[in-house]
Amino acid sequence: MSGTALALALAALLALGTVPLLDDGFWLALAINIAQYAVLATAWALFSGPTRYISLATAAFFGIGAYTVAVLGEALPWPLVLLAAGGIGVLVSLLVGLATLRLSGVYFVVFTFGLAELIRQLVTWFEVNVARSIGRYVFVDITQPQIYWQLLGLFGLLLVIGTWLSRSRLGFALRVIGEDEVVARHAGIDTARVKIALFALSALFLSLTGAVMAPRWTYIDPAIAFNMTTSFQVLIMALLGGAQSLLGPLLGVIPLVLLFEVLGANFPNHFSILLGAAFMLVVYAVPRGIVGLLARARRRAAA
Amino acid sequence: MTGFTIGRRAALAGAAACLAAPAIGRAQGTPAAVRIGYAISKTGPNAGGASITTIPNYELWVREVNEAGGLRLGDRRVRIEVVEYDDRSISEDAVRAVERLVNQDRVDFVLPPWGTALNLAVAPILNRAGYPQLAATAVTDRAPQLGQRWSNSFWLLGTGQDAGAGLAEVLGPAKQAGLIGDTVALVSVADGFGIELANGMRPALQRAGFRLTYDRSYPVGTQDMAPILAEAARGNPEVFVACSYPPDTLAITEQARVSGFNPKVFYTGVGTAFPLYKQRFGANVEGVMGVGGVDAASPRFQDYKRRHLAASGREPDRWASSIVFASLEMLQQAIERVGRIDRAAVIRELQTGSFDTVIGTVRLQNNLLTDTWVVGQWQDGEFYGVVPTRKQGARQPIVPKPAWRPT
Repeated sequence: MSGTALALALAALLALGTVPLLDDGFWLALAINIAQYAVLATAWALFSGPTRYISLATAAFFGIGAYTVAVLGEALPWPLVLLAAGGIGVLVSLLVGLATLRLSGVYFVVFTFGLAELIRQLVTWFEVNVARSIGRYVFVDITQPQIYWQLLGLFGLLLVIGTWLSRSRLGFALRVIGEDEVVARHAGIDTARVKIALFALSALFLSLTGAVMAPRWTYIDPAIAFNMTTSFQVLIMALLGGAQSLLGPLLGVIPLVLLFEVLGANFPNHFSILLGAAFMLVVYAVPRGIVGLLARARRRAAA
Repeated sequence: MTGFTIGRRAALAGAAACLAAPAIGRAQGTPAAVRIGYAISKTGPNAGGASITTIPNYELWVREVNEAGGLRLGDRRVRIEVVEYDDRSISEDAVRAVERLVNQDRVDFVLPPWGTALNLAVAPILNRAGYPQLAATAVTDRAPQLGQRWSNSFWLLGTGQDAGAGLAEVLGPAKQAGLIGDTVALVSVADGFGIELANGMRPALQRAGFRLTYDRSYPVGTQDMAPILAEAARGNPEVFVACSYPPDTLAITEQARVSGFNPKVFYTGVGTAFPLYKQRFGANVEGVMGVGGVDAASPRFQDYKRRHLAASGREPDRWASSIVFASLEMLQQAIERVGRIDRAAVIRELQTGSFDTVIGTVRLQNNLLTDTWVVGQWQDGEFYGVVPTRKQGARQPIVPKPAWRPT
């Protein structure tokens, strides 16, 4: 993204910050939902887009963030809680990254899929055997507008970092890895280190999103925090939009969140069937994502 | 819910604006319909519980009220119009659906979702918007604090600790009478209610002079109960207690029957009170204890059971079903006493009033329903409440339980 485009995007985010002043009920709830998935899908694409490593660990990091709030929310001031959530997320991602990012292809996908379940079982074991209760209450004084503004802030930060990354040596190294990892290694790129760094950066934002969202639910147990649906929804949104460019995922997030909303509101009894049909349609009709669709339209206009 | 209603609503709002008192104008006019909304788990892991305990009661109540002409507001009867959503058993979806009900659909009242987690998730919204919340399917040890925190919320199913402690009220006297020994094997599911239930039982059993020969938890979704049951049975305990969820309740009972494990007291958790349990095990349910219970001999319950069966083709469960229906009767009586759509007044009435319901006369204390059945037992094909022992309709427990019969 160019400097002007970034400035425009940030200005747009500032303008969107006024939503809570206009409505603090349903529309704010919808805006929070869009902002949440915008951060998640963009953070996911930050790592998975250029490297083409499909990660299903979104739920794991999101859950780490949410659960950190459940444990520390009442004990520490909010900025420290966020710091802890991000810190734990990064720490886990480094450990996982060191262990798995030397793997590639389907092995990596399978491992990240298991990660959320692994952490969920660990947390459950701890709660049952040590804390002797499951389910924690999140009573912190965070209002809905504050949740929304924090999400917008995270998204703005992501855009800045993403823009910087695309111009940096690190970003270039990532793209080379995505094209051909063997070539990258022969060109002298420390592929493992580059991948781990990006995985941790992505995990930081995923964990922070979980932490920011947690006060919305009052009650959190491992099943709520580490819900695999999050991983799949984020994946689908990012792929629909286009994971190769910074604003691509957003183009998938907005239509899909709105679609979920419309289907849920109007067809509560047939939601799952219609959703499945919609996904199939997406895969057949927009295989290269909305970004690909736009690029094709532009090419055709030029020709 | 179509253009007609919106048009009417807009006209009403316009008329109210002319009077320069919009809030009062809307609150005191008699509406064309009372709009009642709910988001409930039609899909996802909560769907089973919601479809047994909550949804049939919501549908039964709405149908009965409308067949009678509607809710009585002053001297008019106003029909109920329902807006319903699926929360997919996800907290975030429940939050958004209730935001939609309150802010977009502008329903007059919201009925709560199923289960502890979702009731807690939507509680802050309903509190902020000033809607009464009659949580009839949430069991949490924090219920007393929650009722204080959100004065619009009412917690009707008691706490896990009390439910667990209740068992000692049956076992203590039975031990003193020499009917059973002092050994107990306890297994519990590693999830919210299972743990709270077990936490309530341990100290109460200890105070009553029992020894735990086995105490183990198992993960949610465990399919094969044979190993854990074999270990629990090894010490030949006099009492077997499972703080279990519906699928495990069925699996544990089946395994105990098959392996001929015959303790003198056999207690299982959530699901024991389901009609399904009796269908599955037939005459073998005799003497099984579990969480919940009803005053099954009361004509009010008998009548309710018949209506429930006729409306949904299924009998109500013998724990939370009748409490869900009672919560709807309470809401109805509170609205009709206030005589208009005035949620603050309805909340006050729920806090202080006395209500005539299928579970008898109900009067809440500090937003809690305190004297619910915590231990029940299958006797002659019906799941009767046995604890609290002083409660009207309490049956004498059958101890020891008859041995499993071959089927």
